[in-house]
Amino acid sequence: MLFSIAWKNVWRNKLRSLIVILSISLGLLGGLFYLAFANGMVQHQIDATIKTQISNIQLHNPKYMLDNEVKYTISSPDSIINKIEEIKGVRGVTSRIKSTAMVSSAITGAGITIIGINPVKEKNVTNLYKKIIEGTYLIPGKKYQIFIGQKLADKLKVKVRSKIVIAALDMSGNIIYGAFRIVGIFKTESTNFDLSNVFVLKNDLRKLIGFPAKQTTEIAVLLNDNNQTNYVANKIKKIFSKAISEKKYEVETWVEIQPALKLINEMFIQYSMIFLIIILVALSFGIVNTMLMAIMERVRELGMLMAIGMSKMKIFLMIMLETIFLSITGGAAGLFISWIAITITHKTGIDLSVVSEGLNALGYSSFVHPMLGLTYYILIGSLVIVTAITSSVLPARKALKLNPAEAVRQNV
Amino acid sequence: MSIITTKNLEKIYNESIVPVHAINNISLSFEKGEFTAIVGPSGCGKTTLLNLLGGLDKPTSGEVFIDGINLTEFSSNKIINFRLRNIGFVFQAYNLIPVLTAKENVEFIMELQGIPKQKREERVVHLLEQVGLKERMNNRPGELSGGQQQRVAVARALASKPKFVLADEPTANLDSTSTGNLLDIMLKLNEMENTTFIFATHDSRVMKRARRIITLDDGKVVQDENIKQNMKKQVNPADEN
Ligand SMILES: Nc1ncnc2c1ncn2[C@@H]1O[C@H](COP(=O)(O)OP(=O)(O)OP(=O)(O)O)[C@@H](O)[C@H]1O
Ligand SMILES: [Mg+2]
Repeated sequence: MLFSIAWKNVWRNKLRSLIVILSISLGLLGGLFYLAFANGMVQHQIDATIKTQISNIQLHNPKYMLDNEVKYTISSPDSIINKIEEIKGVRGVTSRIKSTAMVSSAITGAGITIIGINPVKEKNVTNLYKKIIEGTYLIPGKKYQIFIGQKLADKLKVKVRSKIVIAALDMSGNIIYGAFRIVGIFKTESTNFDLSNVFVLKNDLRKLIGFPAKQTTEIAVLLNDNNQTNYVANKIKKIFSKAISEKKYEVETWVEIQPALKLINEMFIQYSMIFLIIILVALSFGIVNTMLMAIMERVRELGMLMAIGMSKMKIFLMIMLETIFLSITGGAAGLFISWIAITITHKTGIDLSVVSEGLNALGYSSFVHPMLGLTYYILIGSLVIVTAITSSVLPARKALKLNPAEAVRQNV
Repeated sequence: MSIITTKNLEKIYNESIVPVHAINNISLSFEKGEFTAIVGPSGCGKTTLLNLLGGLDKPTSGEVFIDGINLTEFSSNKIINFRLRNIGFVFQAYNLIPVLTAKENVEFIMELQGIPKQKREERVVHLLEQVGLKERMNNRPGELSGGQQQRVAVARALASKPKFVLADEPTANLDSTSTGNLLDIMLKLNEMENTTFIFATHDSRVMKRARRIITLDDGKVVQDENIKQNMKKQVNPADEN
């Protein structure tokens, strides 16, 4: 009965309760939407970086990780690839030769990383072939093609079919030159990536720098689900534990390859949570204030309840329940409308192209799909409950301080 | 044995600059089955006396015994429980929980007492029948007239099977028809079930029907008279109005 009275009491002053519920809902909507927005942006960035650039897992010679020199290689990549391909959850595996180089057109030059790929296998791992804005992807068998980013093309003032010259160090450290013809231009969400990476056929690069056969610089593994990254990475480590302990190669996840990515993710989430907690604290003041008002209006009634024999404990509980019901109704409504708003905008996406130039420079997409995992709803739901309980103590204590003699003394 | 006895009861309010001696050395006793009015001019201490009898307030000195139990020795938590089980209250207003129906209001006190659902149901219907509100039992206080609300309050006061009922100006907000009605019901309960009622009132309609009238002035008992009522007058309220 206490529950039912408390619930009914919440609705005694409908307008006031609705205002509180609305303010809680809107506060939560603001907080949750901001969280989902930030999360969507960051998750998209992580996803895009994994899919177009680094994949979930990479293997390198441990020394290559230190100074990126082309001489630090992995031996017999094909047998490694075959074994990794058999692991469950692996979508694609490819090997690449990577070297630092200079690219120059008739106008100017730029420092870049030249990456030799197998375009057929590469398509299973990176989605760069979907980011073409002009021309085509590398065509297997056709010699001396090069695939470059739009930003670099702009800088070099070159177009598809233009010729550009690559200057690189060969295996013995001599500078060698090679001329390539542009077959395609890509544009990813990261201008930095577009500016500093060029792609050629693996065999062309091998010949140019005299890279040994049955060797490679990098093996990249794409998974079906990023959540499995650690699981698959551990599996790979187990399979190749001997070679790894002999320091022939090293397995790294995207978190280890680009720690900043993960860091930014966590930072965003932390800031959003702080923001949300501030909102909840502000809301709790509103809740406390409303409940104190409600109690002041009911001094006589509460006194009467004490007079007829309702224990202090029960009155305390009743006021607590009223506060909690009020807050939780607002919280539930807030979570629900946030969920709707997030689900809708997740589907439609939010176009930020007005400010997209700045975002792209930071590696973010101009189209944001807000999203929030179930765990966040649960977490925030629990925070609302905690807020509700803490906000309920003060009004409930206030109610206890009333004197039952008041009730009898009231002259309407 | 008396059900209520007070011994040298004193209540001094020290809240204002000049202390108010609201109850000044009152020693009284009340018997089972009394129908008593406490009367006197405004500010003479009627409410204060009722509050002390009901344990809503503590006396400055002196004692209140209920069935031999010294109320003044109880802690505030214990006294609430004591009230729940021994004393019924009817106030001038704000008697009922506005969000509950008449039936639920009466039931509420029994639920506080821990009486099982089945028994509560039976008793609620019986009580509301006695106060003539069986048909309105599913209405909320806001949907009842002032007189009907007071009748529910009487039913509620009796629901806990108290030793006595204290009523502070129960008729102050009622018109004469409702007052007559309420008094009839209380008198009937008093006669048929021997329920003890003690009122504070300045309503002459209430005084007329009381069997004992205690007059206070300035916190002191100035008159305490037993009145042999004409039975016919009490049974037939039509004469009154
Ligand atoms: N809380 C209080 N603080 C100070 N004085 C009080 C307090 N309550 C009552 N008094 C004083 O005590 C005296 C008795 O008050 P009480 O309310 O008992 O009178 P009453 O006979 O019930 O009057 P009424 O007929 O107007 O209801 C009055 O002088 C009143 O002003
Ligand atoms: Mg009074």
